[in-house]
Amino acid sequence: MAILKRKKVEISSTDASENAIANKETEGLSQRQIVFRRFVRHRAAMISVFTLIFLILFVYTALDFKIGPWNIHGWWKYKVEDLPELRYKDCPNGNVGCPTFSLRPKFLGGSGFGLGDHPFGQDDIGRDYFALVMKGAQRSLMVMFIVGIIGGTIGTVVGSISGYFRGTVDAVLMRFTDFIITIPTIIIGSVIGFHFGNLGATFLALYLGLFAWTGLSRLVRGEFLKLRELEFVDAARVAGASNRRIIFKHILPNAVGVIIVSVTLLMSGAILLETALSYIGFGVVAPDVSLGLLISQYQDSFTSRPWLFWYPGFFIIAIALSVNFIGDGLRDAFDPRQRRRLSLKDRRAARIESSDSKGGE
Amino acid sequence: MRRLGILLVILFGSSFILYNLAAISGDPLEALRTSSSPSAKQQMVTLTRELQLNVPPPLRYFIWLRGVLGLFIGQIDFGNSRSGQSVSTLVQHAIPVTIRLVTMATIVAIILGITVGIVTALRQYSRFDYAMTFVSFLMYSLPVFWVAVLLKQYLAIRFNTFLQNPQIPFGWIVVFSIASGIFWSGVISGSRKRVLKIFGAVFVANVLLLELLSALKWFTHPGLGPIILFGAGIGTAVGVTQLSLGLNNKSGLKASLAMAVLSLIAYYPSQYIFKHSPHITTILLMALFTLVLGAGVGWAFAKIDRGPVMRTAMITGLILAFLTLLDKLMQTWAPYMATDAVNGRPVPTIGQANALLDQSNFWLSTLDTLMHLVLPTIALTLISFAGYVRYTRGTLLEVLNADYIRTARAKGLTERTVIMRHAFRNTLIPLTTIIVVDFAGIIGGAIITESVFGWVGMGTLFRQAISSFDLNLLMAVFFITASLSVLANLIADLLYSALDPRIRVGAGK
Repeated sequence: MAILKRKKVEISSTDASENAIANKETEGLSQRQIVFRRFVRHRAAMISVFTLIFLILFVYTALDFKIGPWNIHGWWKYKVEDLPELRYKDCPNGNVGCPTFSLRPKFLGGSGFGLGDHPFGQDDIGRDYFALVMKGAQRSLMVMFIVGIIGGTIGTVVGSISGYFRGTVDAVLMRFTDFIITIPTIIIGSVIGFHFGNLGATFLALYLGLFAWTGLSRLVRGEFLKLRELEFVDAARVAGASNRRIIFKHILPNAVGVIIVSVTLLMSGAILLETALSYIGFGVVAPDVSLGLLISQYQDSFTSRPWLFWYPGFFIIAIALSVNFIGDGLRDAFDPRQRRRLSLKDRRAARIESSDSKGGE
Repeated sequence: MRRLGILLVILFGSSFILYNLAAISGDPLEALRTSSSPSAKQQMVTLTRELQLNVPPPLRYFIWLRGVLGLFIGQIDFGNSRSGQSVSTLVQHAIPVTIRLVTMATIVAIILGITVGIVTALRQYSRFDYAMTFVSFLMYSLPVFWVAVLLKQYLAIRFNTFLQNPQIPFGWIVVFSIASGIFWSGVISGSRKRVLKIFGAVFVANVLLLELLSALKWFTHPGLGPIILFGAGIGTAVGVTQLSLGLNNKSGLKASLAMAVLSLIAYYPSQYIFKHSPHITTILLMALFTLVLGAGVGWAFAKIDRGPVMRTAMITGLILAFLTLLDKLMQTWAPYMATDAVNGRPVPTIGQANALLDQSNFWLSTLDTLMHLVLPTIALTLISFAGYVRYTRGTLLEVLNADYIRTARAKGLTERTVIMRHAFRNTLIPLTTIIVVDFAGIIGGAIITESVFGWVGMGTLFRQAISSFDLNLLMAVFFITASLSVLANLIADLLYSALDPRIRVGAGK
């Protein structure tokens, strides 16, 4: 308890100077600039942004990429369909297709740093596992973005309409939302996935997006209900602004923080949902490749060939984790109550400044 | 009442759509049509008659609905599954399994999540806060099926192997002790000197404890015994009083210490009862007795302001009763390990109960059920823990900035009272609604956990229904999960308005 008391005293004495610093920092900046600055300062979020961008580039350029009639060659030497010979030399315990990726230098008894032919090993029939994992990660990223876009759009539209117009429109739209909520996403996903599973990952992403917007729309509705009662909306209405103008120019920019943050959560949820569905066999199915599918195919060989299990998992976690951290950084950046923790340097600068101004009086 | 009506209409609509969707998307006779077996034709006729496949789906839905509406007269009928069993019986067997799977994990996740969330909020921007933020985000991003396989391999199989020769290697002791030292010094925090002191103390204590446990072969013959139990009792009494009343409240402290003494006295009688009347009802009765006793003791010790003291004594008593029960289960450990069905490998990786085990011994089968719960509970807890931590932290931080907290501090209340009485209670209001909705969601989401750990619950039924086009079974599972989620949302709204007087139900304008 003693620590808490000490902290409290400290807070109250520095409150005023912190306010001064915070105000000084935001002087002459637009809202967008303030948010951007705050976001850039969030270290974990910035690292995640770069990780995610790197991952996307890495994953999508690794394999051949078809745009219409053109085919952009990937930098990785194998394709998913290639069937190179299974490697059995140097593998422990008589396994086949073990990974050639090595970080242990030669003088420690390893084979030196190098990727080798199959850095992630090979699967049962010799397909290069690196290529498979890349393909699966492409699928997961695609599903994630499609769900984010579709779910985000529907959720925002439904939420803002029902929050702004209230009354009957609100009642109807919210009952419709309840209706969608009663159908658990995983169940509808499995029903459709089982019957139309071979329609491919794009279709999977589309219907996941069509069912994943409910939480978002509730949040947006709440935000709209709150914002529409504020004075600046009244002012706009008195000045003769149309509903459309009020929604797009006055309310939506103020609600954009909530929307973006929940869209990122939606996306990280989508990637887990997609892998889970593929894992139980109702998502992406066999000839196609997905991270969840890879894990479910090779989980039994975990004890003998653990690499078949580790690498897809790492990619799922890396993607979901960086999206989550970006969401966290955005939340902090958009939250006007959020105050940056002041570094010692800031405090010292503030102290000098305040003593200066006192001396000048 | 009006809301309930609307919800029923929604349920009706969504079940109608799903029924037709599922009915037109697959043909239950497909396998038989292509089959070359001579009895295929006969089977098709029987199935068509039994499942009324000749009735078009939209009309067949109403046949199904008539059965379900039996709910109101106490006789629900979900129809028959493909294999001719009554779906109601199947579901009746499956629901308790899923609930057992989910309840434990939810409770553990809530307790741990709220505790860690509160500590991180109170130590905002400390190193502990950053570490916990990272850990919770990591858990939030973990796929449950992936974690499950890791748990099976590293926790269950390794631990079982370890029990064959329960000597912790010294290296591991050091690693464990360093980890727990870092953890506790992060939780308590303070100046650098203080942190180092705490770290050292925890490190030494941990090393000694693990060495002692190793030396006493505690892992194969665990137990608490009356003496440790009494020590833990006094610790619990002081801790609970400190949290709920503050140690300055003499009558509260005396009442909970009295409970500790009483639990020591009750140790041998309760062993006797455990031995001669092993039933779940007996245990519940004993818990009830403890509560009454706690209330009585609290009433006797406090002269004024009796409510909080009674509550403190009751909480202390309940924790101690739980420890006594835990001790009994620990005593069962050695016989459990020795049974042929377990054969010295007590942490199972799959299934919901050991079929080979003799079910007549209450303590053995209880321990068996609990052991089968260990891995799924850890997996589910890891996943949902993160959400609670983040949510509690966010809400508590918001509450701590509120004006009434400032008022409470300005009145000169102790920090403990401000946190426990004013801040914590108001944090719980939004949390309850989250918990209710979460619980319903997790039942639908247990499909994956069930399939990984091989439990036969609602999720398994559902998978079976989908892969064999078993419409009645599918609809039963859907109906139950959908009703649960609708009900949970309703309860959450009502709870919210009950707990927070500012919110009114149905306040449209």
